[in-house]
Amino acid sequence: MDFGQFLYMRHEIILSALALIVLIMEISSDKKSKANIIPVLVALFFINTVAGFLPVETGSLFGGMYKTTALIILMKNILNAGVLIVFIQSAGWLKSNFTGNDNIGGYFFIVISSLIGMDFMISAGNFLMFYIGLELATIPLAALVASEKLKERSAEAGVKLILSAALSSGILLYGLSLLYGTNGSLYFDNIASSFQNNSLQVLAFIFIFTGIAFKISIVPFHLWTADVYEGAPVNITSFLSVISKASAVFILIILLFTVFRGIEGIWNSVLYFTSVLTMTIGNLFAIRQKNIKRFLAFSSIAQAGFIPLGIIGGSALGFSSVVYFVLIYLFSNLGAFGVVAAITNKTGKESIDEYNGLYSTNKGLSLVMMLSLFSLAGIPPVAGFFGKFFLFTSAAKQGYYLLVFIALINATVSLYYYLLVVKAMFINKNDVPIETIKNDGYTKLGLIICTIGIIAIGFAGIIFDYINSLTFGIK
Amino acid sequence: MIEGIQLEFFLILGTLVFFIGIYGFLTRKNLITMLMSAELILNAVNINFVAFNKYLYPENLEGQFFALFIIAIAATEVAVAVSIIISLYRRIKSIDVEKVNEMKY
Repeated sequence: MDFGQFLYMRHEIILSALALIVLIMEISSDKKSKANIIPVLVALFFINTVAGFLPVETGSLFGGMYKTTALIILMKNILNAGVLIVFIQSAGWLKSNFTGNDNIGGYFFIVISSLIGMDFMISAGNFLMFYIGLELATIPLAALVASEKLKERSAEAGVKLILSAALSSGILLYGLSLLYGTNGSLYFDNIASSFQNNSLQVLAFIFIFTGIAFKISIVPFHLWTADVYEGAPVNITSFLSVISKASAVFILIILLFTVFRGIEGIWNSVLYFTSVLTMTIGNLFAIRQKNIKRFLAFSSIAQAGFIPLGIIGGSALGFSSVVYFVLIYLFSNLGAFGVVAAITNKTGKESIDEYNGLYSTNKGLSLVMMLSLFSLAGIPPVAGFFGKFFLFTSAAKQGYYLLVFIALINATVSLYYYLLVVKAMFINKNDVPIETIKNDGYTKLGLIICTIGIIAIGFAGIIFDYINSLTFGIK
Repeated sequence: MIEGIQLEFFLILGTLVFFIGIYGFLTRKNLITMLMSAELILNAVNINFVAFNKYLYPENLEGQFFALFIIAIAATEVAVAVSIIISLYRRIKSIDVEKVNEMKY
């Protein structure tokens, strides 16, 4: 047997090794040396992220259960980079909140195991593998959300997350069982090639779509999102809203483009309506939010509504624009959450009104926040504009002009509420603004990476060209 | 193959259990009962998988393996969910879902 083949799954192998290293460090360090876990882990994870980019052959393992392509490896690298930023941003929070007996290692272990689940889910070639990856990605997150043991909100958010996750995975599994009944196989390739387009398979697709839509928080399956995002610690909210959502988007688009290619007409109309609903409802609810975390939650719901614009029609250009959009969304949202985390963890203030006059005391934080919000809104010089631009282009190329028009209106509406926050920070007067916050090196580093990402990705055309070269020939 | 019992019976049973689970999940006020309803949904899926496997595709055991994995993963899910519910119970001294309402809209 050729053990070199196992290098196909090097992302998962390195991450599993990291998870074991965390556990060993956790039990072998005493109270004082526990804080050392943070820099070691961040450094190791940086090596892991870099190692992910090394070119290695791709192929399939375990009889087709597991497969990688250059595109899937790119997706995993995007997730790795996002988690690296989350780790860097959460270092300050971990230092201040987890002291003594609380285990810092537990945080890293849970996040890394969740990431392993996402990686397995993305590169699954069989629905059994997909399901196990999905659960491994979701269940640890609930424990993480409920990890602030002294706060009622944290436990409440954890309950809401785990119950809606249980319901959604149950619905998804029911769809899988129906799909199995019509095909007799769970392998993606077999199902795709023997798709008969009968009504039972359409029903199965609806169930499976519902299950994944819960994870991406597409309207009408978004009701858990705002509560969980508000109750969870900020750094974990940023993980939930970016990494978890990005991985679900990736697997959704892979499933639609491969397994469910046979009922393209049906998923086009499903995506059409959910997209319009998600954009509109996400935007309308975001306007009336007073809490910055709930505000960002609804903004992330609205952002998820733009993603179907790339998937609809099923073109290769759409695929690459979705990956590109997710990459930009990752940097912009992590930038915004990084600022919110820096402020909330130091002062405990979460209301948008309390951000009034932030610029007078915290110039750097306000500027990063402004850039991130501009990028989320899609204002031209920053990367968010290009992300949305490619999504709209791909939908327009498929002839969905009305959908693009609705999306444009929604993008304008979103501009309004993003600018409300910018106005609060820069223009509104406040007698007692948030005091000047001294950030540690980690937080600064995390915000700088996000800022560079937001500005640079839009201008580096080579990135989109690279993604485009990977998706070539998908249709 | 079981004499005198057709596949349809199992599928009807599975569908009934599935929707009882959904109904229970949406109407019950007790967090533990909601968790039990979620388990019902998973058991409906198990019935479906095993019945399809036995009646339609008896040459391989994919469906039965899937059912085994569902049982195992459901156990982990319950373990995490119950521990979170206990942590919530310590805060609010109740597992009534109506009391879990600090955050709304």
